[in-house]
Amino acid sequence: MMTIPPVVRPAKPFDLELVKVTKRFGSFVANDQISLKVPAGTFHALLGENGAGKSTLVKCIMGFHQAEEGDILVHGHSREINSPYDAYQFGIGMVYQHFTLVPAMTVAENLVLSRPDTPGIINWKDEMARLREFMQTAPFKMDLDTPASELAAGQKQKVEILKQLYLDSKFLILDEPTSVLTPSEADEVLGLIRDKVKAGDLSVLLITHKFREVFGFCDEITVLRRGQFAGHGLVKDLTADDMAAMMMGGQRETKIVPKAVRERGPAGLEIKGLCANKDNGVPALTNLNLTVHEGEVVGIAGVSGNGQRELVEVLAGQRPATGGELVVHGASYHGTRAETAEHGFFLLPEEPLRNACVPQMSVAENIAFRSFDRPPMTRAGCLVSRAAIRSFAQDLITRFSVKTRSPETPIGDLSGGNVQRAVLARELGPGTARVLIAANPCFGLDFAAVESIHGQITEARNRGVAVLLVSEDLDELLALADRLLVISHGEFVYETTPAQADIKTIGHHMAGH
Amino acid sequence: MAIPTGAVVVALALFGLFCAFQGKNPFAVFAAINKAAFGSWYSFQNTLVRAAPLMLTALCTALPARLGLVIIGNEGALVVGGLSATAAGLACATAPVAVVISVMTLAGMVGGGLWITVCGALYYQRGVNETISSLLMNYIAIAVLNHLVNGPMRDPSSLNKPSSFPIPDDKMLPAMGDSNVHYGLVFGLVACVIAWALMEHATFGFKVRMIGGNIRAARMSGLPVARLGLITCFLAGAAAGIAGMIEVAAVHGRANESLAAGYGYAGILVAFVARYRGLPIILVATLLGGILASGGILQRQFKLPDATILVFQGLVFLVILFSDSLYGKFKFFKEREA
Ligand SMILES: Nc1ncnc2c1ncn2[C@@H]1O[C@H](COP(=O)(O)OP(=O)(O)OP(=O)(O)O)[C@@H](O)[C@H]1O
Ligand SMILES: [Mg+2]
Repeated sequence: MMTIPPVVRPAKPFDLELVKVTKRFGSFVANDQISLKVPAGTFHALLGENGAGKSTLVKCIMGFHQAEEGDILVHGHSREINSPYDAYQFGIGMVYQHFTLVPAMTVAENLVLSRPDTPGIINWKDEMARLREFMQTAPFKMDLDTPASELAAGQKQKVEILKQLYLDSKFLILDEPTSVLTPSEADEVLGLIRDKVKAGDLSVLLITHKFREVFGFCDEITVLRRGQFAGHGLVKDLTADDMAAMMMGGQRETKIVPKAVRERGPAGLEIKGLCANKDNGVPALTNLNLTVHEGEVVGIAGVSGNGQRELVEVLAGQRPATGGELVVHGASYHGTRAETAEHGFFLLPEEPLRNACVPQMSVAENIAFRSFDRPPMTRAGCLVSRAAIRSFAQDLITRFSVKTRSPETPIGDLSGGNVQRAVLARELGPGTARVLIAANPCFGLDFAAVESIHGQITEARNRGVAVLLVSEDLDELLALADRLLVISHGEFVYETTPAQADIKTIGHHMAGH
Repeated sequence: MAIPTGAVVVALALFGLFCAFQGKNPFAVFAAINKAAFGSWYSFQNTLVRAAPLMLTALCTALPARLGLVIIGNEGALVVGGLSATAAGLACATAPVAVVISVMTLAGMVGGGLWITVCGALYYQRGVNETISSLLMNYIAIAVLNHLVNGPMRDPSSLNKPSSFPIPDDKMLPAMGDSNVHYGLVFGLVACVIAWALMEHATFGFKVRMIGGNIRAARMSGLPVARLGLITCFLAGAAAGIAGMIEVAAVHGRANESLAAGYGYAGILVAFVARYRGLPIILVATLLGGILASGGILQRQFKLPDATILVFQGLVFLVILFSDSLYGKFKFFKEREA
């Protein structure tokens, strides 16, 4: 008989294997007998469409969910992982898609407090000495005394990864860690992690939708489709088409909506002398002027943190403008409910769960946010008709292939990509949009969904919608935009068209020179 | 509902322990409470009389809670509602009874409503924490009550308990049929049903739930967040104001310190246990009304001090708050779905 050794935190990477893991939510099977093996010291990618069950599977490894069936083998021994603390004991750590840093605390405090064995009384002198020593060997340098709230997204993501290294995790799970990073930041971060893997210090399981990252950094892939195992292989033996076929099941046709040639229409959205502040009261936008015409897509490029977020928030009514005005279809616009409906002023904000949804309300209710207070959704003028909302949502759920168990499921239970689709269905589904603001609409989406969203945006443009597309993905902008503006330090510094665009010049302006 | 029910059961067990430490047989105490609260039609009437204001004050916490505001100014809104109702009732005391009652109701609603709206306005205009401001305003309300019944509104004939002039007996809220239960119960039931319909079925409640669930999404949808917040605060205060009106018009007949008898604070507890839902509030208020009604029995039969009932209330409070913080920590709470 083999005896199972007691748990000691491992000093080097170990094999991790899942054997026929099944996880159900009620009657819905999110993971159906999934097997997966990550040998010690390898970089493994977990691929699959939105809602395939990737996050659910890694949450089983982390002890957030408990698998109903199957085994998790850590270093060859079957283990029960009932909580993230258990996972920590096994040397398994995870970086989540959403940040978990405490904003008011410094980087150092965040690191020290993340340790489950932090003593009740902290000897900061010793801790800081230890931290400095750790930073000597860390893959990226970081100022320990900066409050987390002052870090840009890319830096926060680096701290999250540092935290796992500081906790001495030997098995690192990354759930779409790069969706908040620019491509060059992503390359930097993944490259440094890759180096640690190469040095034999770490195993990594990476969830991603980007083939570029798979080919650039990973050794092996496992693919899930609709909760089932759909393939496995070495990256060097596979092409992107092979992987796509595994993800989608069989071949698929790419459908690119062509941009119709059309006259530029009258002004849809005019931004006149707009000013707004950041959260800390420092100006983020200064005297911004922009006109988006009907039937045109205006793209805004820029390094994140140059005022894009504030601009979209002002347009969404989530942040007060400190100066200037918005004009829509020639009339002054203040974002009231009557105005949004009258002008068809709709938005696809980034982080849809945070910006555009109420997580605990149902998918159907969330899809009805634009229309619940008007006939045919109302009865007797002031009552909401559940039946009408349900049938309205059901139609959009089908048309936009939102994967949800039922329209009554809380939208917070949907996978990241499907939340995005539900918002897309709400904003573009009824076809009443006349002005559309889209901010990084494809973050975290699988390639089929990206294609479908790009198609929807182009179709909207062809219909005569005035589209403002704010994106950190230059390829996306070049593919969709009619005009391209570069924003830097809250001002537009450069304008071009995709036809004339020169990547170098754009990059130059983005960097603020 | 599993958690609030569980919490009440745990609180009952703790209360039993408490009684045991006092040297009383807990089962005898429970039996006595049950008998005093629900044992006979006569005692149940007593329970209902106490449940009526609880239903109304519970709404004062429950409605803003759906918006994400934690308002605990129930006692203050009740007192101000009661004072306004008294003043208005005295001003038109010669009118027919239906008019007097309507005017008093309206005045109670406006008084209590504006009182809580102040907390809402402080929050939306200046970012003042609504929990703290509403709590502190309770003390202001009670101070105003004491000032008025000792000064401007004082009836010189009220000697040992300074009170306002009385509402004439024939202008008071009568009892229903030949029972002891006054029409305040109807006010309470109707208010809870309206609150339920408003929050669960009306467009207004849909908007409120959007704001409470995610204010950013609500803003993006063009909802006037501050206006809806203020309206909700007004409705919440108005409900507690009606409770004050009922205490004056159906029970005391005048405004005095008996107004601040703790129905406001107990209402917070009812709202918590009922998870801020209109219909469960009716049930929980009736239960708590029964427990309040049994206070006298405990004193007479078991020589337990008057405050024993408060100990029980406090226990329920603590257990509910505690179980909230445990929620999600145990497998037991997780993922129980169809
Ligand atoms: N807590 C939950 N309760 C009920 N259903 C859930 C829950 N979490 C996830 N699901 C469902 O399980 C399925 C898989 O979700 P999961 O988050 O694992 O997808 P994913 O592969 O990570 O997708 P994405 O790429 O969009 O992030 C989805 O259909 C989702 O609706
Ligand atoms: Mg996911």
